[in-house]
Parts: sequence; structure tokens; C-alpha cells
Amino acid sequence: MFKLLATIKKDLLILLRDKVGITFLFIMPVLLVLIITSLQNSAFDIVNKNKVPILVSNNDNGTAGLQFVEALEKIGMFDIRSIPDIDRNTDLVAAMHKEEALLAISIPAGFSERTQQRALATAAKAFEVLDLEPNSLSRSPVADTVLLFYHPVLQENYRINIQNGIQSALKMVESKQVLQIVYQSLNESDSIAAIDEEIFRSDITVLEQPVSRDGNKTIPNATQHNIPAWTIFAMFFIVISLGSSLVKEKLSGSHLRLKTLPTNYLLAMLSKLIVYTAVCLAQVVVIFSLGVWFFPEIGLPALDLPSDLTALFLVSFITAMCAVTYAICIGVFANTQEQANGFGAVSIVILAAIGGILVPGFAMPDSFQVIMAISPLHWSLEAFYVLFLEGGNLRDLWQNLLPLLAITVFLQVLAYIGLKKKNLI
Amino acid sequence: MEVVKPALRIEGLNFRYKGAANLCIADLNLEINRGARFGLLGPNGAGKTTLMNLLCGLLSPDGGKIRLMDFDADNPKVRHRKCFGYVPQDFAFYAELSPVENLNFFGAWYGLPSEKIKKRSAELLKILGLTDVRNKPVKTFSGGMKRRINLAIGVIHKPQILFLDEPTVGVDVQTRNAIISYLKELNNAGATLIYTSHQLKEAEELCETIALIDEGKIIVSGSLKNLILQNSDLESLFLKLTGKEFRD
Repeated sequence: MFKLLATIKKDLLILLRDKVGITFLFIMPVLLVLIITSLQNSAFDIVNKNKVPILVSNNDNGTAGLQFVEALEKIGMFDIRSIPDIDRNTDLVAAMHKEEALLAISIPAGFSERTQQRALATAAKAFEVLDLEPNSLSRSPVADTVLLFYHPVLQENYRINIQNGIQSALKMVESKQVLQIVYQSLNESDSIAAIDEEIFRSDITVLEQPVSRDGNKTIPNATQHNIPAWTIFAMFFIVISLGSSLVKEKLSGSHLRLKTLPTNYLLAMLSKLIVYTAVCLAQVVVIFSLGVWFFPEIGLPALDLPSDLTALFLVSFITAMCAVTYAICIGVFANTQEQANGFGAVSIVILAAIGGILVPGFAMPDSFQVIMAISPLHWSLEAFYVLFLEGGNLRDLWQNLLPLLAITVFLQVLAYIGLKKKNLI
Repeated sequence: MEVVKPALRIEGLNFRYKGAANLCIADLNLEINRGARFGLLGPNGAGKTTLMNLLCGLLSPDGGKIRLMDFDADNPKVRHRKCFGYVPQDFAFYAELSPVENLNFFGAWYGLPSEKIKKRSAELLKILGLTDVRNKPVKTFSGGMKRRINLAIGVIHKPQILFLDEPTVGVDVQTRNAIISYLKELNNAGATLIYTSHQLKEAEELCETIALIDEGKIIVSGSLKNLILQNSDLESLFLKLTGKEFRD
């Protein structure tokens, strides 16, 4: 026990005296979590809370164009900036650059006439079904195009959101026109204004409710998603520090001396496992504390810690053990510090990608659903999400913790074989 | 007449590096008595460091037997490893740690209790003139101070056999003098010294018996006094037996 304590003390002293290394181990993950959460939170706010600025050039002289602009406003998704005197698309694009808006929409001349014709055609079909066929109604719908200009930086999912909003506004205009025709044909013109508002007002609210295991109805935010994910990433990035320090020690004279001493080199490995697991847990404490106390101070959503803190410790502990074992494995097999750093860093990014840290697991293709299982980061992330997003407890974790433990044991056996093969023990 | 037991006995030792065509150590036999001050000398590439690594267990022989004190080296037990100390040519310590911290760690790995480490560290640091810098990181030390701490670590457990691979390389006269004096002191206390170096004058000063090794074989061995009597000095003997051509 005294030998182990002396080795732990030695490893701790070396680690604490490496100021750059310590900075890398703590400051970098903190920055990573802070930046990613801020970015994702602002992206979430842009799409869901803030109104999207959009330039509108209405070249239509009729009512449908005006109704369309009004409908866009009613949807509540857009901040309408009308530009009345522009009739050429090139001018609109120039105005878009000038206004620094990311979106612009051009309502073409004659939009009202064509909308009216489509409404007439739809109304005619309705009358035909009801065996009422006023002769005055046209039956040939005319297609139309509304041009939407967008800045290339807008991502596809964001544009799809906007398209859906615009389509809803167009449907509102068309439906209104159809109703007007129907009422006029039935000589009920006076009723239109009275029921207009009623028709387009919806009393049905879509209430979002997360399906959590503990019945908690708090909607998860960017912090809740990002902090566990990027904490895992940071823990596994210990490979840069530990992997290369192991190689450095292997190549140093001190290792030569250690091999002549009456103590098994496995003790040195055990000490590294203990010290660096503690470092990983310290990373967890620092990052989670930041989420709980510092994030609200800078306008980010606060991190809600799970109620089952024992389970949280267990997941963090097993993840830390796995991350450190992975780093030891890399350190044992690498022959140079460059190999350890290069392979270590790239492999962690790959494992994070296939593990669902960079792209959510459910969004991955079917083939990746199988590959995902080999990434320890995946099992760790799933376990953290059970606690942070689903409100689960210790009993809900085993299906994620057992594979994580199995991977850890596998890596330990691999490291042992490597030590034996390289004549290090 | 009292029979002196050997500290080291090597019988028919063979060793070949992986992929090498020739044996690096070929059918080597050697016996060193307990309490001897033995010099293993030879040109570059002769096999001195390889032999030292085989004796310390850093390499495994392909054939033959090594017996250190009362233990077979091919079946290393904790007691066997405790009986010797090793002072490698490369600095073998943690440069980020102070002399005291290094001695605490390596002392523990030699299996010494905390109190004994403390006492022995203070003693060694005093003898080797490192008391004033005992708490400073070794990386800030001069080459001579690093050599002394390298030696202190190898002898913290008072070994019965001490392997020294060029223990004074790159140091000034004062440090060499201090190291050689301390090694003689250790020997007087009963330790067997097995020393390699290219410093033949130093070898003449320290060693009582020597062996000249070349191409993995011992070409001459015996009492230094007798060998020098037959030649003008150790250097003449060395050049006579190993030639004047470059060896590396």
C-alpha cells in the first residue's frame, strides 16, 4: 500500500507541476462546453424564440398580396421588413445585402389574379360535389411562384422551417379566398367579415411534454443536452495528456530503472489509473458546477442536476475509468509521443462521431446504429441522458453501464497484453 | 583459508538482439567475488551495456545462467532484485521532482519503509552534497548534480551489488572525485561494485579486478595490478588487445 501511495504522490506531483498540461485538462474542456452550449442555445433561440427578419417585396396590386403579407405576420415567425418600390429581383438581392437580412421574398405582379383563379377552381369543385354548379366559376387553376431568396449560410433544416411557415401563410390566403367565393356565391357576403377571424384562429394548442421516467415535465434545453455530451468528450481527451506522458516515461531512463526494481510495473499503471480517474472526476465537477452556477450568470440555461446523485457519480466514475484505460492502452501501444497524440486525438473524434456526441444517434443511418455500440462514448452518453433528460435512476442505467464496463475491461486486458508483449511487465 | 563466495557467476551466457545475425554475447563465463571492485571495460559496441542489461534483468538471455548473490537471475524474485542497485548511464529519475521526492518514490519501490527512506535520503544527500538543493526540481540541476542524484537513487537501499554504467560521464573533476570516493566507501562497507567506463584512468583508480570484453567475449580478466605489470598501463593493454581501429 505504501508503494502505491508513493507512486500516486509521484504521479500527482508531476501532473500538478505541468502547468500547461493542467490548463489543457481543465480550461480547454470548459471552453469547449461553454462555446458549444452558447452556440446551440443561440441557434435554438433564433429558430424558436426570435423572429426571423425577412425582406418582403410586394409587386402585386391586389388583395391577395396584402393578405399574404398579413398572414406572414400572423404566423409570428417573421419580422417583416417591407420594401415597397422594388420590382426587380436583382434590386431585392442588393437590398438584402444592404439590409444584411438572410431572407427575402418576392410576391410577383398578378399574384392576386392567379390566386383568385385557383380559389375559383377549388370552389367550383366544392359546388360540384354539392350538386351546386354556378356557371360563372372557372375550373382551370393557374400555378404561381413566390420567390424566396436566402443567404447560403442558412442550413437546410432552418430553411425547411421557413418554407413551412411561408406555405402556411399561402394556404391561409388561398383558403380565405375560397371561402369568400363560396360565401359570395351563396349571397352571404355580409357574414364573411364576421367569421373571418374565427376561421383562422385556432383554439388548439400543441403542448410539448417530455416523456421522462420521473414524471418531470421540464423541457430539456441546450445546456442539458450539451454539458453531459461534451464532458464525456473532454474526459476521453485525457488521452492527449496521459497517452503521451506514458510514452515519455517508457522512453525515459526512469522507466529503465523501474524495470530493475523489486516492484511490478503494473503498480505504476494502477497509480496512473487512480490519479487520472480522479482528474476526470474533477473535470466533471468543474464542468457541471459551471453549468449549475455560471451558465445562468451569462444568460445560458442552468444545468439541472439529476436527483439521483449516486447514479450520477457511478456513471461519471465508470466513464472516467474507461477514458483513462483507453489512454493507457494508447500509451502502451504507441512508440512515440507523436503516435500517441495523433492517433489518440483522431480516434476520440471518430468515437465521438459514431457515439452520438457530434450528431444525435437517432439521426444516424441504420448501418451506424450497429457501429455505435463499439464506441464507449455512446454508452456513456446514453447513461448520462437517462439521468439528465429522462429523469431515470440507478435501476435504469444498467443496460448502458454494462456495455461501458465491458469495453473498459476489454481495454484493460488489451493494455495488459500490450505491456506483456512489449516486455514492460 | 576462507572461501570467498561469488557475488556474480555467469556460465555460458548467450544473447542475440532480435534480427541480428551474430551473437552479441557469446558463451560468456565470468565470476566476481563478493566485495570486489570490478571493472568491465571494452570499446564501443563490445557488449558492455548489453551484459549489464542482462545482469540487471532488463534483457533476457538466449542461453546460459546468471547467478547474483544466492539467486538465479532467470527466475527473478523480489529478494533477488533487492540485492542489487543499478546506476544507468542515462539519467534515470523524474526531472520534475526534487531529490527528496525522487528518493521517496524509488525508496518505496525498493520496498523500504518510510522512516528508513527519510533517514537514508538525508544521509545520501549530505554525502553527495545535495542537502541545500534537496527540495528543488532536479531539472534545474547541473550535469554533475544530476549524476550524483542518479547515483543516490541506485544506492538508497544499500545494495549488496552495485551495477554502474559510466557513472561519471560528463562531470567535472570535483564531482568525479566525490563519486569515486563514495563508491570506495560503499565497497568498504561490503558492496560489490561492477563498473563499466571508457575512463581508463578512473578504472585504474577504482577497480581491483577487470575484464576486457570485445565482440561479446571476455578477452582477458584478472587482477588489475598483475595485468598492468605486464604492460605499461591499462590504456596500452586496452589498445594492444582491442586494436586501434574505430569500433563504431
